[in-house]
Amino acid sequence: MKLSKNFTNPLAANNPVIVQILGICSALAVTVKLEPAFVMGLSVTFVCAFSNLFMSLLRKGVPSRIRIIVQLVVIATLVIVVDQFLRAYMYDVSKQLSVYVGLIITNCIVMGRVEAFALGNKPWDSFVDGVANGLGYAFILVLVAFFRELFGSGTLFGFDVLARFGYVNNSLMLFPPMALIIIGCIIWVHRSINKDLQEK
Amino acid sequence: MGLRKFVDKIKPTFSEGGKLGFLHSTFEGFETFLYVPNTVTKKGAHIRDCNDIKRVMIVVVLALVPAMLFGMYNVGRLAGIEGVLPAFWYGFLEALPNIVVSYVVGLSIEFAFAQKRKHEINEGFLVTGLLIPLVMPIGVPCWIVALSTAFAVIIGKEVFGGTGMNVFNPALLARAFAFFAYTPQMSGEAVWYADGKTGATALEQLATTNQMEWSAMDAFWGFIPGSLGETSTAAILLGAALLLFTGVASWRIMLSVFVGGLAFGYLFDAVGMTDYPAYYHLLVGGFAFGAVFMATDPVTSAQTNCGKWIYGFMVGALAVLIRVVNPAYPEGMMLSILFMNALAPLIDYFVVERNIARRKKLIKNVK
Repeated sequence: MKLSKNFTNPLAANNPVIVQILGICSALAVTVKLEPAFVMGLSVTFVCAFSNLFMSLLRKGVPSRIRIIVQLVVIATLVIVVDQFLRAYMYDVSKQLSVYVGLIITNCIVMGRVEAFALGNKPWDSFVDGVANGLGYAFILVLVAFFRELFGSGTLFGFDVLARFGYVNNSLMLFPPMALIIIGCIIWVHRSINKDLQEK
Repeated sequence: MGLRKFVDKIKPTFSEGGKLGFLHSTFEGFETFLYVPNTVTKKGAHIRDCNDIKRVMIVVVLALVPAMLFGMYNVGRLAGIEGVLPAFWYGFLEALPNIVVSYVVGLSIEFAFAQKRKHEINEGFLVTGLLIPLVMPIGVPCWIVALSTAFAVIIGKEVFGGTGMNVFNPALLARAFAFFAYTPQMSGEAVWYADGKTGATALEQLATTNQMEWSAMDAFWGFIPGSLGETSTAAILLGAALLLFTGVASWRIMLSVFVGGLAFGYLFDAVGMTDYPAYYHLLVGGFAFGAVFMATDPVTSAQTNCGKWIYGFMVGALAVLIRVVNPAYPEGMMLSILFMNALAPLIDYFVVERNIARRKKLIKNVK
């Protein structure tokens, strides 16, 4: 597959969140505000890219029988690196994300890309695939968080946007069900644009 | 029959290929609103009654009228206006904006979707549009009504495929949206039920202090504060009589909701969790209104007869359970009906499966 296609495909036509419906759990949990959603998206991109890179480098040396455990070790190590980094440099955001940073280990996108792509492709291709899938996830997270923060709190990245116009906050936006509905609406729009994705 | 002639004359313009052919659905909607449709079923063994959905829905709207009229009078009375007619007029003016907003917003979305999908316009909104203002507290800002209506129609109904396909009762969904999104404006001490005056409703008083300042008789006739349509149990029962007489609503559901509510009311009274008679539950808040107009929605309730008993009983029981056990939600009726809406297909599934198993056993025994 061509490298550019490899990069753009997970961003739109084969987005991990809205087409493969993976990683929904964290998408509901961390999208109340833009800042944690943004950081979470970058963290997943980092973990996904480097776990893909390392597993692709290791792919010929790992017997397929024990590959899952090796993948877990690699992913868990990367997640701990991210977690420690966030605690050191972005303590507030780390507090807001709480367990969800640690739960990146169980994020289906990371393990899914390693299994489906990195084990059968060259390191550079795998790295690009990891970055693209991470960014596809991050894009949806930021989009959902944008609507939730804007209409739920009237702010964007903590700055007043709507409140000065006398906007009354919609507290339903702060509840997880609304995140699910927003993701549903994004899927709705996405599928009306990409008609080949519509189920018959 | 000048009107009929006029409709026939302009019909070609709006038909397929006519100048305004894209407004086909809209025209069809108005034509069948004025006249009973003359379509004849050509194939299949469907029985066509002159009572199409539009007429069925009109019966429900008529059944809602007593509760609505009394609600309007009650608003004026609580505002301290002397005399029946002036009080009614005051309440009418208070309620009118919400009713107009609900109909205009909801119908425009319905019309837009029907045009887009080239469907006939669904009549379900005739009832929903009146139910929404009736379950909102009086004096709730119009934009909240508009937003909740839009949410309920689009997310609750149109994404599932329109009237008849929705999982949840749209009117209740609108109320749930408003309740969770704008809690301070919708409930609690801050809601003003009449001009300038604020106060806890009977339901909130029962939840917090185990008593209310009104007598059971007041609550039955409806001289208590609350949402526009829900206060008078007597007026609601009048509507219920019409619904049952015409056979529009299921008596099984209505009866079992009351039975479920009473049963759990007595249970909580017996174990000492509440300090007032069980029948209070049926008189205050939206219990009677929900039982008669919401739980019986033929689309979202259980379809099988046995399923209807289970569904109704659980609606009543859960409503009282939420009221008594969860102090954050003094009004349990909304949540319990929505919850049972979600479970109704499951109930039906098990009822049907059980019936099949029973019949199979019968065959075996005969052999």
